[in-house]
Amino acid sequence: MEILVCVKRVPDTSENEIELNSAGNDIDRDDLVYSVNEWDNYAVEEALQIVDKVGGSVTVVTVGDDESEEVLRREMAMGADKGILLSDDAFEGADGRAIAAILKAAVDKGSYDLILTGAQADDGAAQVGGMLAAMLDVPYASLVNTIDVDGDKITVGREIEGGNQEMHEIALPCVLSIQTGINEPRYVGIRGIRKVASVEIPTLGAGDLGLDAGAVAPKVKRLDYFLPDMGDGAEMLEGDTDEIIEKLMELLKAKGGLK
Amino acid sequence: MAQLFTYLLHKDGELDDSAMELLAAARKIDAGANPTAIVVGAPDGLDDVCAKAAAGYAEVWKVASEALAYPDAEITRKILVNILPADSIVLLSHEHFAMDMAPGLSVKLDAAFAADVVDIEGADGNTLKLVRQAYGGAVSAHVACDASGGAVLTVRPGVFAADETAVGGAVVDKSGEAGDTATQRKFLEVVAAEVGDVDITKSEVLVSIGRGVEDEDNIEIAFDLAKAMGADVSCSRPIVDAKWMPKARQVGTSGQTVKPKVYLACGISGSFQHMGGIKGNPFIVAINKNAKAPIFQVADVGIVEDILDFLPDLTEKIEEG
Ligand SMILES: Cc1cc2nc3c(=O)[nH]c(=O)nc-3n(C[C@H](O)[C@H](O)[C@H](O)COP(=O)(O)OP(=O)(O)OC[C@H]3O[C@@H](n4cnc5c(N)ncnc54)[C@H](O)[C@@H]3O)c2cc1C
Ligand SMILES: Nc1ncnc2c1ncn2[C@@H]1O[C@H](COP(=O)(O)O)[C@@H](O)[C@H]1O
Repeated sequence: MEILVCVKRVPDTSENEIELNSAGNDIDRDDLVYSVNEWDNYAVEEALQIVDKVGGSVTVVTVGDDESEEVLRREMAMGADKGILLSDDAFEGADGRAIAAILKAAVDKGSYDLILTGAQADDGAAQVGGMLAAMLDVPYASLVNTIDVDGDKITVGREIEGGNQEMHEIALPCVLSIQTGINEPRYVGIRGIRKVASVEIPTLGAGDLGLDAGAVAPKVKRLDYFLPDMGDGAEMLEGDTDEIIEKLMELLKAKGGLK
Repeated sequence: MAQLFTYLLHKDGELDDSAMELLAAARKIDAGANPTAIVVGAPDGLDDVCAKAAAGYAEVWKVASEALAYPDAEITRKILVNILPADSIVLLSHEHFAMDMAPGLSVKLDAAFAADVVDIEGADGNTLKLVRQAYGGAVSAHVACDASGGAVLTVRPGVFAADETAVGGAVVDKSGEAGDTATQRKFLEVVAAEVGDVDITKSEVLVSIGRGVEDEDNIEIAFDLAKAMGADVSCSRPIVDAKWMPKARQVGTSGQTVKPKVYLACGISGSFQHMGGIKGNPFIVAINKNAKAPIFQVADVGIVEDILDFLPDLTEKIEEG
């Protein structure tokens, strides 16, 4: 089975406090720690486990700048066989639809049975996988948390409300967006990263992909970042820890939180 | 202005809470608008659902299809592509069904797509000005959406107050236009969630832990505190993903909906998928070491502390009485 996994380099929200810059129109990008989108790690792990069972290969692809190469290498250190970087000045400002169009052009240059994305990335859009499937005219299932491969038919579980799971049989080729918790992504050590440090990663631009400016023109544009009016917000308990605990215990008693 | 549509979810004959929220959202695009609601489903009982929708919507399009005994996103997408006029603006509720259907719908309609919209500032010609969030709610963004070729918007549940204006509208049967519903994905069944050892949906007091607990070995600090308080322990999703706690303890849209009196959120950032599982307006205490964590916007009381130190201290003081 030939599997393509789409991955994205994002600011790591557990390593950074995301804040506005001094102009107040963008996030503060100085000293941001980046990593691969959490969901995409699960997608790569799932692809590796499928290939372990049924054979084939795993390719990771990203649309980004030169620095995005590092996330491809990280996923190759996990075990992905190939990486492809899709990069061009023309891709700047791409919206989800444009990203999907760029990925589609890359898919058309290969031959994949299964394409995986993460369920969502840093801005919570959860859009690229479904758009890519529609552009490729192949079936799609989102929020997938189990995959069972049997010949050219696969059975997938979608996570729905309340921890329930919606089961589908889906024909290949197809696109699936992967939900966290589907597996336990393997650990990547320094040695693994070193092993793939010099592997060649091809870069394809708009020309290589046969994309003109119209194909990647965004319909949705971010104008700024801002901090919303917090309303009243929480009443913050201040003081030293003992004082805070005392106040908290009073409040808990009043609200029925302490017997 | 393009024609406005809302897609209504329903289950067991009842409309989803989002039905009249979407009406309110559509009227933020155009205050005078009378959007058309679309109700799709198996024929049995569908008229009843449409009648409920028509209480608030001037026009309801009904599409009855035997193929939709279960609300399947791939089938529904094909139907919508067949019935929607060119350049329509379609609003849906941002949850798992829309995540499955809406991005592909926008491609098939050649329309713009904006997901998880939390506010709508209005329309300037064909440009919609929307508000979205990024980075787990840490920041918001204004977004301009070019709707000249139509648009598909998914709207976060609960952010728009339902529009309860009664109109008594008409139901139009569009079933004949549904077209071919064959898809390459076949729905099999719904597998029900496993039942856990503790039913957190019944708990009055919850000590809930999130990724801030950092390590599996630290989970006992939550259990110690819960024991001292007479509470139960619940958690956010990453704790379940890491297999440190069973799924039945997860609070949120893809976990349990809890209705406690008091909810202690410890090392939880406050994503809307987590908060969406907390109902009944409990007294929420948030303990987080990041003073800018989004949870402090929605909690009643906030404490900026490291839970690994604070929870054991609190436990000790409660045990002392
Ligand atoms: C379709 C879908 C469904 C989802 N369903 C759910 C759901 O049902 N339930 C759910 O919870 N999530 C759900 N999620 C995931 C959700 O989007 C968030 O990723 C998740 O809620 C984050 O969990 P968290 O707050 O524990 O972790 P994080 O967002 O990583 O936050 C951890 C917090 O802990 C703080 N912290 C770190 N260390 C400490 C310390 N020592 N002391 C004090 N504070 C500390 C940090 O400042 C941070 O605010 C869903 C996502 C998707 C896409
Ligand atoms: N720039 C990108 N390059 C490659 N894949 C991406 C990119 N952006 C998003 N994706 C994929 O689409 C998924 C969902 O992202 P989004 O639709 O942006 O929330 C991610 O988990 C990735 O798998």
